[in-house]
Amino acid sequence: MIELEGLTKRYGAKTAVDHLSFQVRPGVITGFLGPNGAGKSTTMRMMLDLDNPTSGTVRIDGKHYRELQEPLKYIGALLDAKAMNGGRSAYNNLLCLAQSNRIPERRVSEVLDLVGLTPVARKKSKGFSLGMGQRLGIASALLGDPEILMFDEPVNGLDPEGIHWIRNLMKALAAEGRTIFVSSHLMSEMALTADHLIVIGQGKLLADTSMADFIQENSRSYVRLRSPQQERLRDLLHAHGFIAVEAGNGTLEVDGATTEKLGELAAENGLVLHELSSQRASLEEAFMQMTASAVEYHAHGTDVHGGAPAPGPQWGTTSQGA
Amino acid sequence: MTAPAQHHAPAPHSYVSPIPVRRAHLGDALASEWTKIRSVRSTLWTLGVMVLLMVAIGLGVAAIAANAGEQGMGDESALGFGFFGMLPASICVITLGVLTIASEYGTGMIRTTLTACPSRARVLTAKAIVFFLLVFTVTTVVAALVGAVQVALVDAADTPTTGEWLRATVGAGGYLAMLGLLSLALGTLIRHSAGAITVMIGVLLLPLVAAMFMFSEALKSVQEWLFTYAIPSQMIALYAARPPFGDDGPSGWEPLLIMTGVAGVALAGAFSLLNSRDV
Repeated sequence: MIELEGLTKRYGAKTAVDHLSFQVRPGVITGFLGPNGAGKSTTMRMMLDLDNPTSGTVRIDGKHYRELQEPLKYIGALLDAKAMNGGRSAYNNLLCLAQSNRIPERRVSEVLDLVGLTPVARKKSKGFSLGMGQRLGIASALLGDPEILMFDEPVNGLDPEGIHWIRNLMKALAAEGRTIFVSSHLMSEMALTADHLIVIGQGKLLADTSMADFIQENSRSYVRLRSPQQERLRDLLHAHGFIAVEAGNGTLEVDGATTEKLGELAAENGLVLHELSSQRASLEEAFMQMTASAVEYHAHGTDVHGGAPAPGPQWGTTSQGA
Repeated sequence: MTAPAQHHAPAPHSYVSPIPVRRAHLGDALASEWTKIRSVRSTLWTLGVMVLLMVAIGLGVAAIAANAGEQGMGDESALGFGFFGMLPASICVITLGVLTIASEYGTGMIRTTLTACPSRARVLTAKAIVFFLLVFTVTTVVAALVGAVQVALVDAADTPTTGEWLRATVGAGGYLAMLGLLSLALGTLIRHSAGAITVMIGVLLLPLVAAMFMFSEALKSVQEWLFTYAIPSQMIALYAARPPFGDDGPSGWEPLLIMTGVAGVALAGAFSLLNSRDV
């Protein structure tokens, strides 16, 4: 269990993290989501006592990080994959960490095996690819077999196989009853792995909710239909009280209906359907809506929606409604 | 779709590792730092070059003196020739001292190190002890070997006393190791390898070079002070029984005490900054 209470970090006049309070509970994967520059990494560094908070506290199982004598046995962290000495072999990089926490040396081989780096254990880590570096970082986090694991953007720059591997690893670790805290700026990634969601923007807490509730509240579901007899289909739907909206490429979208109901209706009236599918608005859109006002670095001058240039934020509240 | 089922039921138990928790202490930090220092190439390079310089220059100078059949040695022993190897060796020690910590900042390893061991005092102490013992041992052994050959080569000079032997071996080793600790402290303060090495080489050589060009009468006292207390002069004084520069300058073991004091103050400053600063 990690508890944050009023955690604040100011750099001069700029507030990177603003009175952040939340808890990370054991046994589930907690996703820590926010756009670039939202303060995710700063928050994680303060959780590990690398940066000093301007005010507020972080407690790990009730203790300050600096009170932990063998922290690797309580909490393992992957901050960035390159936080190792490239001139040292993978084995020695892990060995010096293990020794500082009195972890038996055989554990080094175990974690190297676990992440699949045994064949390159004696190679210098500067020759490693991004994926191998990430695996080495994860091996260092798992070294003390800790109850709490923190991963900062673990899938960044990985190939699909690597992403799949990390996802399954996190699920397996959480299933063992561990606390998993993982940051990302990709909502789609979180939707696949996290059980609980903490969203921040400009250092402020925007949401602290279960993933299921977030999906429930933020995603619109609708049915998509495509038919060679589009005009007749639309009239039929209107006649039965459904509002069909044309969505381009000859498709119709209907809110508040089920595929069963619409399929049966089409069949009764002898209409040919080329597509009948249930759709959800992407969580990515919901996430962007939520953080729109808190996005720090906007791309100005290009209108992503292809319409008339809109003043102010390019995505989020203004352009969604237009 | 089995995933959603386990999504909503948090595991009732927390994970308990089968690996026993054993209390870690300074000894474990020392083991860790020893692994670090022995597993990077820069240690072998800097210490290898240092040994080479001490041996080649020390023996070379002694050989030239022996051939010349030098008569003007006065009451000095041949051990004094050790100084000529010690000066270039100190540049290697400075480099290794700075790299011991600044390379961690360069690679980002420092974040991993301090996550694994949040006690800044323990990390810095362990680094200082491991570095000191390594440099002290290597330089003392090499200085003793070079000294023995020098004494054997140069017949003209006096036979060195026990005190002279100790100062030329343990004293020289200790002085270089303390100079290295000063570099380690500076590396902690500056956090940048090239910057800290440059500053340390400046500290080593600049006072003496500057003093050489202080022709003005008004600067006379500054010049004398610099000549007396510049690091190369202190190294010479280490080999001398009487103050070689000025009558009240340091001699014998005093240079080592001065360097120990300076390194101690610098390390205290490094610790206080390391403890309070964001990594």
